[in-house]
Amino acid sequence: MIRGVLNNVGILGFGVYLPQNRIKISEIASVWGKSPEEIERSLGVIEKAVAGIDEDTVTMGVEAGKNALEMARISPEKLEAIYVGSESHPYAVNPSATIIGEALGMGRNYLAADLEFACKAATAGMENLAGLLEARLINYGLVIGSDTAQAKPHDALEYAAAAGAAAFVLGRNNKDFLVQILDFASYSSDTPDFWRRDGVPYPSHQGRFTGEPGYFTHVLRASQGLLEKTKLSPSDFAYCVFHMPNGKFPCEVSKRLGFTKEQIEPGLIVGSIGNPYSASSLLGLCSVLEIAKPNQLIFLTSYGSGAGADSFILKTTKLLTRVRIKVPGFKFYLNQKNYISYPTYLKFTGRV
Amino acid sequence: MKVAVLGVGTTKFGELWGVSPRALVREAVKEALIDANLKLADIEALYVGNMLSGILGRQENLGALFAEELGISCPAFKIEGACASGGLAVHNAILSVLAGIYKTVLVIGVEKMTDHKPEEITSALMGAGHDEERAAGITFPGLYAILARAHMEKYKTTEKDLAAVSVKNHYHATLNPKAQFQFEIGLEQVLTSPIVAEPLKLLDCSPTSDGAAAIILSENRKQKTENRKPVFIIASMVATDTLGLAGRRNLTSILATVKAAKKAYQTAGVSPTDIDVAEVHDCFSIAEIIACEDLRFFQKGKAAKEIIKGKTRLGTGRPVVNPSGGLKACGHPVGATGVKQIVEIVTQLRGEAGARQVKKAKIGLAHNVGGSGAVAVIHILKND
Repeated sequence: MIRGVLNNVGILGFGVYLPQNRIKISEIASVWGKSPEEIERSLGVIEKAVAGIDEDTVTMGVEAGKNALEMARISPEKLEAIYVGSESHPYAVNPSATIIGEALGMGRNYLAADLEFACKAATAGMENLAGLLEARLINYGLVIGSDTAQAKPHDALEYAAAAGAAAFVLGRNNKDFLVQILDFASYSSDTPDFWRRDGVPYPSHQGRFTGEPGYFTHVLRASQGLLEKTKLSPSDFAYCVFHMPNGKFPCEVSKRLGFTKEQIEPGLIVGSIGNPYSASSLLGLCSVLEIAKPNQLIFLTSYGSGAGADSFILKTTKLLTRVRIKVPGFKFYLNQKNYISYPTYLKFTGRV
Repeated sequence: MKVAVLGVGTTKFGELWGVSPRALVREAVKEALIDANLKLADIEALYVGNMLSGILGRQENLGALFAEELGISCPAFKIEGACASGGLAVHNAILSVLAGIYKTVLVIGVEKMTDHKPEEITSALMGAGHDEERAAGITFPGLYAILARAHMEKYKTTEKDLAAVSVKNHYHATLNPKAQFQFEIGLEQVLTSPIVAEPLKLLDCSPTSDGAAAIILSENRKQKTENRKPVFIIASMVATDTLGLAGRRNLTSILATVKAAKKAYQTAGVSPTDIDVAEVHDCFSIAEIIACEDLRFFQKGKAAKEIIKGKTRLGTGRPVVNPSGGLKACGHPVGATGVKQIVEIVTQLRGEAGARQVKKAKIGLAHNVGGSGAVAVIHILKND
């Protein structure tokens, strides 16, 4: 049976959190004797957000969750489910979701689960919540993407791996929607392009293999599948957002799909914050939602190594422009910044 | 000497993540057999040129492995000599035919590199280096950068001269449907590409690649395929030199190339000016400049200025050097390279190279190097 378009799923509030520490990519490049201009040009990243010494996936998730709840104007006890997507859950066993749920005051009667699927764990959580909401099994749910992305010093990942969180309160009452989630599609396969085994501090990756067989194949297939299914074309959308492991991949994939520069640029945030793994595409979405007008279509595709992609079609409502201004958002956190040196970066990320 | 090349075949070279070494070999061999109008049952021995299957793939026994894969039961050998493994496999196959032991033999060159991480590949390739060089932590781009510096100092060769080699080879690759990089690049693009080991930039360096090539050699001088000019290998010479650069008296020339080339020209009864087309070992741009001098296509110290003027480019030069795109742009699956060079020269001498055909090509040369010049293999081929 072909699944129809969703009728009862929407975003009631979205929240952002970025730690204030920033390290310039040129600072990292100069430590390793690389040309800063060359690294900036090839990756399309100028600086990245770094968690403070007292911050982790959970604390950032709480901050983003608070902001999302404030925008949603509902009390935390009403949330009946929380999914936290991350690849840097502080505990291997002991859920981030319950710690965050407790801190937010969710009460006790809720479903909680941590999700892990590299950089797309949180969008998988969003699909799960959408299913529960559309099936009328719950009324409200919270999904958070939060990561303090790990990267081995001197690995290519070090130039982009960043920290940040994005949270979304989802509900099923159309009147409350800031954004309606109209449909989604996923594409998954066993493609070992990037991984981290239990107990190993840094992820491993297969270099250029992460590109074509990993990112591009999955993002293209999920996106094309959803566009074909809904009979929509790129020109129907006001904005598009793709997972941003660097500045090049999302631009290339959007071009191949037929989106324009104007559609991708508002959500292309990797240059100023880096890649906070499972929060990357969702922070891009938040940045778009801060400027979008009512009744606009937004196309979103995440990517998780291993590998899979989740693609969404979202439509803004009139309520969005009225409600969003009340809570500090992406721009606010982007401008709260404090530059740190490479040794401080090593200290904050626990390397020394 | 005269050994006939009855059939040739190659896979596409490139990042072939979805293709196994077995599948690569099957494809190249199938093409060579069809080309030769022969059956597997006609093959009496199998020679496999490969460098990294043991260290990267944990499988050394390639002779028996590929005999089984192809479904033939015959004497089979893996030949290893760093990046010259393919050329050495061809040489050994020729010796067996000349000795009268086997009539018709199959030579395969194969390498699967891109499934592995760059640092694993770099480390595995240094398996061909001198132990002191390895202990010092230097890798091949660094070794060839030393050669480049020496050449620049002695002959005023410039970074732009080096870049011109890559520009030419990328142009040739646009005409080769099997090449890894079928697009043109400009001088400025090479000069501003990321530095790998100064003065060598990314676009001065050959890539890591997957690919296989196969040729069928025979004492039988009659081609089974009608209306086709037979091509013969008329010289096959190997020379060695010190493993490491520290043992060399001269860093602006590869002595192994000079020695093997001298013997090859003598055996073939030809001179460098007779060569119409050559595939030379351009693992780095500087290597092609040095090779063109050591093979005596140009006087010592003069090759760089001739190459940049288009004197080895298709349409404007003679000999045309690396019409396949060379290691730089056709790709460099190390064990396959030496065999692919023969495939390209045979294709050229038959007049079957299509858009990249070197006009009136009669005599061709293949130059395959292992390490930083520790081994060189030269083959000279003729089309009658």
